[in-house]
Parts: sequence; structure tokens; C-alpha cells
Amino acid sequence: MTGQMLIEAWRAMGANRLRTFLTMLGMVIGVGAVVLMLAIGQGAQYSVEESISSMGSNLFIILSGSSTSGGMRMGAGATPTLTVADAQALSELPEISAVSPAVPGTAQVVYGSNNWSTSVYGTTPAYLTVRNWSVSEGYPFTDSDVRSATRVALIGQTVVDNIFGSEDPVNKIIRIRQSPYLVVGVLSRKGQSLDGRDQDDTILIPVTTAQRKLFGTQFQGSVRFIMAQAASAQMMASAEKEMESLLRQRHHIQEGAESDFTIRNLTALANTAAQATRVMSIMLGAIASISLLVGGIGIMNIMLVSVTERTREIGIRVAIGARRRDIMTQFLLEAVIISISGCTVGVLLGVIGAAAVNRFAEITVVITGISILMAFMVASCVGVFFGFYPARKAALLKPIDALRYQ
Amino acid sequence: MDAVVRTEGLYKEYETDAGAVPVLKGIDLAIGMGEFVAVMGPSGSGKSTFMNILGCLDVPTKGRYFLNGRDVGTLSDDQLARLRNEVIGFVFQGFNLLPRANLEDNVSLPLVYCNVQKRERTKKAVEMLEKVGLGKYAKSLPNQISGGQQQRVAIARALVNDPKLILADEPTGNLDTKTSNEIMQLFRELNLEGITIVLVTHEPDIAAYAKRLVKFVDGMLTYDGEVSGAHA
Repeated sequence: MTGQMLIEAWRAMGANRLRTFLTMLGMVIGVGAVVLMLAIGQGAQYSVEESISSMGSNLFIILSGSSTSGGMRMGAGATPTLTVADAQALSELPEISAVSPAVPGTAQVVYGSNNWSTSVYGTTPAYLTVRNWSVSEGYPFTDSDVRSATRVALIGQTVVDNIFGSEDPVNKIIRIRQSPYLVVGVLSRKGQSLDGRDQDDTILIPVTTAQRKLFGTQFQGSVRFIMAQAASAQMMASAEKEMESLLRQRHHIQEGAESDFTIRNLTALANTAAQATRVMSIMLGAIASISLLVGGIGIMNIMLVSVTERTREIGIRVAIGARRRDIMTQFLLEAVIISISGCTVGVLLGVIGAAAVNRFAEITVVITGISILMAFMVASCVGVFFGFYPARKAALLKPIDALRYQ
Repeated sequence: MDAVVRTEGLYKEYETDAGAVPVLKGIDLAIGMGEFVAVMGPSGSGKSTFMNILGCLDVPTKGRYFLNGRDVGTLSDDQLARLRNEVIGFVFQGFNLLPRANLEDNVSLPLVYCNVQKRERTKKAVEMLEKVGLGKYAKSLPNQISGGQQQRVAIARALVNDPKLILADEPTGNLDTKTSNEIMQLFRELNLEGITIVLVTHEPDIAAYAKRLVKFVDGMLTYDGEVSGAHA
């Protein structure tokens, strides 16, 4: 019986091909839009989340100098800026799991006949922990390298590409501002940061080496900023408070006076970005769903026309023994077939569209099995939902009226 | 002889803007197994309404109708559908074939609704088409054959589920005289095989093929008896 009904549904759809095609087109566009928009939204979410996890989690950055008091008081010379010793003290707080001071700068690096300008970070091995970064070849430098200010370097992939090409960089000597450094390891690839900087275009060296031999410092042991990682997301708030009071104490800042440093919660910023993309992704989906809804209404419209046109046929079927539910099933089946075949084509087009967007607009797109499965489920529901009313109308026709209909 | 059809005080009125208009005013009629009854009467006499009630397509306002011994008034929609499927075969004036289905599918349609398997359906349909002389057209579409042939297909469809009763509403109304006579000949043969036939017609020549004549005027039975005509 179901087989016969499928054949009959096929016949009915084939009787007016253009109309069936146009009805299907509504579903195709609706589903295609939903799949494409979900792919773009989820892609955006994915790349933001990727950047966040590449930045490191539960992160604070402590910058020296107060944003409001400016350089005048600092210039008086009495106030110390952040130092390696501050970093050391912060790392002993129970809420803090890792701390790394940073002395950043830009320098020209040379290997053989190649040279490249890149950012050089003087820091400690803890930086890798804080930034959630690993070494893909060789080894990281050690705390003993930091203590003795040796000339060793960890280099990022972009630097490798630019000065080494295909050569193995580990244990080679590079020159940073003319001085020789031993490459002890290569950092794994991290990609772009949230603000679009290439995170792999960098070199890490021991903080002491940067202070004493490469960039020099205004004060003994001073650093530009300190990165600190809280032990857990729950401890972020208390960690911030503890760090502030510890640093104020160490810097001899009186009650009521402004701090000469700023603590920023990077994770909070990142979470805001993540939330914004999530909202965007939901909005894209919602807008696309409207076209799916319109497609569904198209189905209902055509099914209603079809019921009217086939009133006589319904009458014949009833006269020879069709039950109401047989008539209902027949029309529902047609609506569902239209919506599901439309959905199949729509999913295909959506996937192709997403691939095209990825290729030509260079936007990350993510298509998950779940979003396709959902598209199918929603489409069948749309078919049943919008097919129900016309099918019911057909099933409730009075047989004599239906037979008499011209 | 068992009555296939028995009505008791069948009364039907239609609601119109001018109030209730009675169409059938108490019909008592019994039709036995194997009878061939012609129903005649002027337009508006209630004969079509009577046929619709006999066919379980309409329900009386008052009175009772027994089909094959069962009181139709007590049955559910689904049970009525089953009666139409298994006990009654319809033949209409306008043939009423499905235009997009081939003859074989048209004839086997009633079997679809009582869950007969595909192979059995095809076998039965071809058998019925052969019986009405159209075996070689099984795969043709209705618009590829003549009106008389279409009516034969409709008869084959009515016969496919071995009904007890065939209800024919002006089956020759759209056909020329020669074809009409052929169709009536077919009905007569079916009747000789034992199928009960009730036929509505305007034409005395057609009614003459029946064995018994019933006349309706203004919703009442005015004649019930022998057919007196040339062809008898």
C-alpha cells in the first residue's frame, strides 16, 4: 500500500512538473540558506574559539605604568615599574598557576643569506604554559638559561619559513642584532590571534638575555608586562584582587593613591568576542529559518491548490473504499516528499555554497553532521506541518460533494 | 431470497436558505440477491439521493438502511469505507477514472485500499480487464481509449473486489445508443452471474434491460414492479 502511494505521489508530482519544481525550490533555498548560514556562523565561532584557546585560558596581563597618572610621576624616577621580581612574587600566590614576565621588542634576525624582522620576546619558560603553547622540534630553554642569561632562542614557524626555508633550524646559530643565538627549539604553529596578528612570527629568548644583552632596560630587572594565569576560571576574580594588593604593597602605593600598573582580564575580553559570534551565528540561523518558513508556506499553498484540483479524484477514491486516513496519508506523503527532496538538494547546495565561501571569501566554515541532520528533521517537520492542513481538508471532503465537483 | 438492500422509512431533507427541503419522504424498499433493478424518475425526484444513500456516500436524516443485513446507520466512517470497498461497486455516468493512472492501476485501485499485494492486484486487474474485453489495453491511459471502453474499465474496477451490489448512476448517459446497448448487455451478463445491480436511468430503453422497475416522483415511490418495455 505504501509502495502504491509512493507511486501515486510521484505521478501526482509529475503531472505538474514546473509547479512541483517551484514548490521544491522554496525548500531548496530555505534549507540551503540555513545550512550555509549555520556553516558560516559555526565557522566564525570555531575560529574565535580557536584564537581564544591559542591565546591561553584564564589569562591576565599586567601592564606597567598607570593609564591615568601617565609618565610624569614615573619620570620622577622613584617609582619602580614591573620587574622580574614582581613576577616571581606573583607566581607564589595560591590563585596563580603560572607567571611569565615579558620584555618585547623588534629585531632583525639573520641566518645565512636570509634576514627577517620579527618580534622578540624576552620571557621565562613559564610563558609556554601561560600561552598554552608547545615546542614542535627541539626543546624549550630552561630556568637555568634564564638565570645565566644565555643566548638561546625558540623560534616561531613564520620565522623558520622566512630564514630557514626547508632547513632544520634546531641547533643552528642565528644572529639577532648581530649577536649569535643558538636555536634550541621551534614553536608549534598557532595561527592568527584575535586581532589578526601572526602569532608565529616571533622569537622567544630568556628574559634576562633580553634585558641585559639585547634591548637593555631603564631599571634593573624591569619588564614591559607580565602575563599571569589563574589556577581556574572560578579563581579569576580573587586572583585579580590578590595580585592587585600584592603589587600595590610591593610598589609601596599608599591607600587611595592610584596604582602604577594595570591588570587586564584577557579571558573576559575573549569571552565577550565568543559570545558576540555566538549571537551572530544564532541570528544568521534565525534569518535563514525565515526562508525555510516561507518555503513551507509555499508547500501549503500548492497542496491546497492541489486538493481543490483533485477534489473529484478524492471523491472517486472515497467511493471505491479509501478511508479518510488513506486520503490524508496520500496528501501528507506528497508534501513530505516535496520537502525532503527539496531539503536534499538544499543541503547539497548549502554545502557547495559553503565550500565556495570558504574558497573565495576565505572565511572558515564548519559543516557538522548535526546541522545537516537537523536540516532534514526540520524539513520533514515543515512538510508534515504545512501538509497537514491541506491533507486534512482533503480527508474531510464529503464524498458526494467531491464526486459532484467539476 | 436474502435482501441485499433494505430500507425502512428512508427520509432525507437538505438544509437550504428557505428551510429544510425534503428530498426523500419515507422509502421502504427491499432488493433481493441477484435482482436487476432500474430506478427512474424525473430530475429532482430524489433518485440520485437514494442512490447515494445506498452507496453509503450519504446518510439519511431519518429511517434505516440495511446493507447486506447490517444497519449502516450504526457504522463508523472506516466501516463505511470498508463496505464501499468490499460490498459495493460503483459505475458513474462520467466514468470517473484516474486520468494519470493506466487502466490496470485504475482497475486495481480498490484492492490498494484493502491491502492486497501488488502481484495479486495486477493479476486480478488484468483478469477483470479481459472480462470486459480490454485485456490488451492494460497499460494504456484512459484518454487513449473511447468513452464506451472507459465505461467498461469503470465496470471492471467495480467488479475487481467481487462486490455483491453494483450501483450504476446513469452509466450510459454519456454514450451513443450502440455503445449503450453493449454496456447494458455487459450488465445483463453480470447479473446472470448473480451480481445484484441497481441502475439509475432516464431512458426507458435502458431500463428495459432490468428485471424490475422502481419509479420515484417527488421523493416517493410511485411504481414498483415489472418492466414493461420493448427489450424485455
